[in-house]
Amino acid sequence: MATVDEIPPGGRKIVEVAGRSIGVFNVNGDFLALRNRCPHQGGPLCEGRVAGFVISDTPGVYRYSRPGEILRCPWHGWEFDMRTGQSWFDPKGVRVRQYEVAVAGASSLPPDARPAANPADMRAADEGDMAGLEKGPYVAETYEVTVEKQYVLVDVPS
Amino acid sequence: MVQTLEQTAARRRTRYAVIDCDIHTAPKKPEVLGKYMPERWRRHHEQFGGRGHAGAYYPRANLNAARTDSWPPNGGPPGSDLDFLREQLLDGWGMDYGIMTPLVGSGGQINLEYGAAHATATNEWQKAEWMDLEPRLRGSICVAYEDPELTVKEIERQAGDKRFVQVLLSARTAEPLGRRKYWPMYEAAVAHDLPVAFHFGGSGGGPITASGWPSFYYEDHCGMPATFEAQVTSYVFEGVFDRFPTLKIVLIEGGFGWVPALKWRLDRAYSKLRDEVPTLQRKPSEYVESHFWITTQPMEEPQNPEHFKRIVENIGEDKLMFATDYPHWDFDAPDQALPVRLPEEVERKIMAENARAFYKLA
Amino acid sequence: MTETVALRVDPKLTGGPVIDCDLHCNVPKIEALFPYLSDFWREYCTQSAFRGPVDTAYPKGHKTTARPGSGSPPGSSVDLLREQALDPWNVEIGILTCSYAIESIHNPDTAANLAAAVNDWMAAEWLDKEPRLRGTIVIPVQQPEMAAAEIERVAKDRRFVQVHMPARSSMLYGNRHFHPIYEAAARHDLVIQMHFGGAPGNPPTPSGWPSHYVEEYVGMGQVCESQIMNIIAEGVFDRFPTLRWVVAEAGWAWVPAWMWRMDKEWKGLRREIPWVRDAPSEYMRRHMRWTLQPVDPPDVIQFLRIVEEMGSDELLLFSTDWPHWQWDTPEEALPPDLPDELRRKIAYNNARAFYHRL
Repeated sequence: MATVDEIPPGGRKIVEVAGRSIGVFNVNGDFLALRNRCPHQGGPLCEGRVAGFVISDTPGVYRYSRPGEILRCPWHGWEFDMRTGQSWFDPKGVRVRQYEVAVAGASSLPPDARPAANPADMRAADEGDMAGLEKGPYVAETYEVTVEKQYVLVDVPS
Repeated sequence: MVQTLEQTAARRRTRYAVIDCDIHTAPKKPEVLGKYMPERWRRHHEQFGGRGHAGAYYPRANLNAARTDSWPPNGGPPGSDLDFLREQLLDGWGMDYGIMTPLVGSGGQINLEYGAAHATATNEWQKAEWMDLEPRLRGSICVAYEDPELTVKEIERQAGDKRFVQVLLSARTAEPLGRRKYWPMYEAAVAHDLPVAFHFGGSGGGPITASGWPSFYYEDHCGMPATFEAQVTSYVFEGVFDRFPTLKIVLIEGGFGWVPALKWRLDRAYSKLRDEVPTLQRKPSEYVESHFWITTQPMEEPQNPEHFKRIVENIGEDKLMFATDYPHWDFDAPDQALPVRLPEEVERKIMAENARAFYKLA
Repeated sequence: MTETVALRVDPKLTGGPVIDCDLHCNVPKIEALFPYLSDFWREYCTQSAFRGPVDTAYPKGHKTTARPGSGSPPGSSVDLLREQALDPWNVEIGILTCSYAIESIHNPDTAANLAAAVNDWMAAEWLDKEPRLRGTIVIPVQQPEMAAAEIERVAKDRRFVQVHMPARSSMLYGNRHFHPIYEAAARHDLVIQMHFGGAPGNPPTPSGWPSHYVEEYVGMGQVCESQIMNIIAEGVFDRFPTLRWVVAEAGWAWVPAWMWRMDKEWKGLRREIPWVRDAPSEYMRRHMRWTLQPVDPPDVIQFLRIVEEMGSDELLLFSTDWPHWQWDTPEEALPPDLPDELRRKIAYNNARAFYHRL
């Protein structure tokens, strides 16, 4: 779908694969792919802004972490963990479809040599910080992406 | 920032016709409005610009409070480009009509004469750069509503053009809108069979809550119904609808989930305190049911869909009019916004037919 | 000339003893506070002819302020309170409030000293005389440090169960400025009572001053809506996780629509207020309660629907609001056809669970 050069760290490309609009992001060297459709009202999620995660347990304190790993829907601002597709306020119930991504060099990598996505739950961003938080209802679709011969490929199950 | 290999121009479809009752078209640059002002005010506009009540600003969720995908590719702020408006909204959703509600702040100007010139310019701009070019668009007459005389003048000036479908105010005003100061405006409006609409926002000169200034945009945005409730209360108890029985009010972008409880509260308070307003001829809830129309955005999202149905039932299927609030971030998508399937006839009404009848559109 | 007819309440209506969470005593005249003021303050009041704070929350002549026969001035007699509220309703515990408009007094020392006098007066003239009564601490809200000191002083008297904060204030109550009050209240397990009223000098609406009292009366709902939004957005319950908050005499039918709206917007705007980790409605159910009067829903079906929409049957606390005249018949105060369990929760159990100092 794209060459590795086309999507530098912090960059993205929105592509159409098998009739679906999918955004491929380079997040700190990892390639992540999400469906370009917010589960809320269908907004073009992958056109949204990428941000870090901010949480707090008391007014006036802002704990900022994971820069560049949170995708905010350009419409209503819902936050999705790009690594898991989960929404912040309801990781189990609300998520975006996520597609698996891997990067390979000149030769194909065996399937199990793909670097593991690191689906650190947003809520565990600070150790002990998130313990016990409620999980929420919306998830953004994420997809598997493999990269071969410096190309980024997205695996879209039919 | 965003690289696109193939962008599917996904044109989403709705089941029924759509009329959008809240579109914020905006001038490409402030100077644009200056073109429509007499020289004396154009110079003022360039040198001094607007002077509203300072201290009422909260940083919006996004720049221009807009969807981040609504910036026209040819430049200019969201809502300023007709072609892009057609692509993203009018054609994109196959809309029959769209009502413009420009939020340029004419009515909030403390210099009232400037505000009046600004309002006239905004109205001329709506005609020249939008309605003359796009037959699906309708306009709202902007006025310097804090000055009754200047307001009436502007209504008289624009009312002959039937593409203007209402008079537009901001929700926060210097006095509650039922007060006598605003009655000349209502008189002019009903003389021309124009509804009066008030829209989220504005500043009347005081804090935006009864107990001072909130700290967060969340509150500025989410707390808007408190302003609407106070205004509805004022209209009712000031007897505005006894004086102007044909007056129609449109509530734009204030939500609507709060309406049933307010009606009960008004009726109950009236039953105990009617000695204070002895000339009122009807129960408050009757006035609310007869004289107010309400746009749907921001859509209510109760967890239980049954609760949503109760609200619609209470307000009445003829009173809600769909709106997107394009290009703002809290935009409601026409095909997704209703949180529950309603009977077909009710959905048709909400999505278009109520507005078609109310605004006398074909 | 009006006659008072002895109030008869069918015991089946409440199903047992009640806890009345909103009863009012009124300072009959400023001289009543003199025994509780120092020499200086007595002289200050006398020589400046300061007759006490003035506010418009309760127009003197109107029945919503006081049903006929409830005293001269209304709310000044323990006997009438017993006769008209405590006995007919089988009140096991009645929580007394005094709305004295301390917040309208701009001199901080006058405010603090009058507040202390009201609290001492309440203890001596009411709590000492009627064991069923509990008290509400009056504070100079506009001076949080002084208010915290007053809370410290009075909290030793376990008969005081909550702290009075009038619904309208010059600054929204979530503001960090007020933290000393919440710190003291939380430490002593006192509930915050945000009550209809308040005369801080601000316009009562975001669009200025309404012409009529009835508009302000209705408007207390909106006043509380804005306060609740601010309290949650500012993270008061995040900073003080044990703090509990009662909204008194401003209605409650408006609660569900505000829960929906606050939850909806929080999902997209959460980053601005990152300490709000749960949905705002969760905070409301966990930390807040509402007194019963006035009952806005017009019939029992709507009443039950609102309770359902609020998402909990633990949120309403019975109140008569004596001597304010919010209802004509007991059935208007509490619908007779409530499910038994809900009836007892409203009449007694919810308050028993919520007020730890009862």
